[in-house]
Amino acid sequence: MDDRRPDDAALAASLANDLDGSFEELVVAHQDRLFTIALRTGGDRHDAEELVQDTFVRAYRALGEWPDARIRELRLRGWLTTILLNAGRNRARVKRVPTTELVFDPGAEPAADPLARRDERETWARLLAGLSPAQRTAVVLRHVDGMSYAEIAIAVGRPAGTVKAHVHRGLAALRTALIAAEQREREEIPA
Amino acid sequence: MTEMIDPATEAGLTGLREPAPPGLAHSTLVAVGLADDYAVIDSPVGPLRVAWNGRGVSEVAGAVDDASFEARFQARTGRTARRRDALPVDLARKIERRLAGDRRVRIDLDLRGSTPFEQAVWRKALEIPRGEVRPYGWIATEIGRPRAVRAVGTALGHNPVPLIVPCHRVVRSDGLIGQYSLGGPENKRTILADEGADPDELESLARAGVRFFGSDTTHIYCMPTCRDARRVTGRHLVRFPSAKAASAAGYRPCLHCRPAGAIAVA
Repeated sequence: MDDRRPDDAALAASLANDLDGSFEELVVAHQDRLFTIALRTGGDRHDAEELVQDTFVRAYRALGEWPDARIRELRLRGWLTTILLNAGRNRARVKRVPTTELVFDPGAEPAADPLARRDERETWARLLAGLSPAQRTAVVLRHVDGMSYAEIAIAVGRPAGTVKAHVHRGLAALRTALIAAEQREREEIPA
Repeated sequence: MTEMIDPATEAGLTGLREPAPPGLAHSTLVAVGLADDYAVIDSPVGPLRVAWNGRGVSEVAGAVDDASFEARFQARTGRTARRRDALPVDLARKIERRLAGDRRVRIDLDLRGSTPFEQAVWRKALEIPRGEVRPYGWIATEIGRPRAVRAVGTALGHNPVPLIVPCHRVVRSDGLIGQYSLGGPENKRTILADEGADPDELESLARAGVRFFGSDTTHIYCMPTCRDARRVTGRHLVRFPSAKAASAAGYRPCLHCRPAGAIAVA
């Protein structure tokens, strides 16, 4: 059974027919979610941008070598995520940058919203950055990007049960951390 | 399946979605060769626009402004080109060295859409050293198509990367400087003069019927701009109107400039 999202199935068919003619569509369709995953599981905006570009370049090379039938069957969402996570691990290893570090770029936040929303986003980003890499990746893929457990299991190369456990423990850790953060905030503000 | 996640956490996490930076899609397409970047460089004939992508340099042109360059580029390649402030540093350095005459520096070229014949012509033009010229017929002979002199001229006119592929070093078979795709014949003379060849002298030789120089000490004959010919001192220099005349006088062709090809059927 084809459980792919309809957009991805149609896009895979276009890529099989005309790679050069449809590749831009693939980039436009997936760049925001891949950038989000790269940014929220790894480094700063600059690293994330490079990683997403690297991911698409690897995807393009693979698609150029594969037979049409294989491309037509591709689950693009999970496949691109797999490439991104693998490329990210290799880069982290080469650069020896601690993957838990999250650098904020306040200038790049949406300008329409006043300080309140920015603070809230920063809080969530900081809480997320405090999770272990496995939990953080699982939470980002499940609840920031919205992938299914089956998709995540393939993308990270672990059983769905393990991924589910990572998500649940990650969410629990986030709640604990959030309560602790709110507690600290209350104590800092004089009554 | 349902999931245990409170609405506040869910909202907090989905709020972390972040749009990709505006230039990322274009940069990605450039990296795989489905779009291009370009920047302006200086040259002896004024500012030039140089386009490149992940496969190599795709165009060198003397367009008057960005809009006309982009429109012509799009019409020829079907791809969009985005103006940048400068070439990538390593590419800029390579082009500078190549234009200064260093033929060892390797510059990747994106020549998609060209024919094998055109590529053979352009590759052969790359062998002509700075400061020297060869006639169209020489290229035709060297690539094994001695009767295709006109087609060689057409292929050189279609060279998308003038200066990097030095089509300005190929001149008419009658010795006149001839046409040039990068802004016309005056530019061709300017570039040749800048490289140390003397276009006026070459044309006056041609008008006087001189096609080859020989040395009466070595009994070798050359193209007039061949580096070997230029070493021959005045009193040992012999002038020939044709390869046939040189051969009849007992001279053999130079192995560097291979002048026999210049007499290809024109």
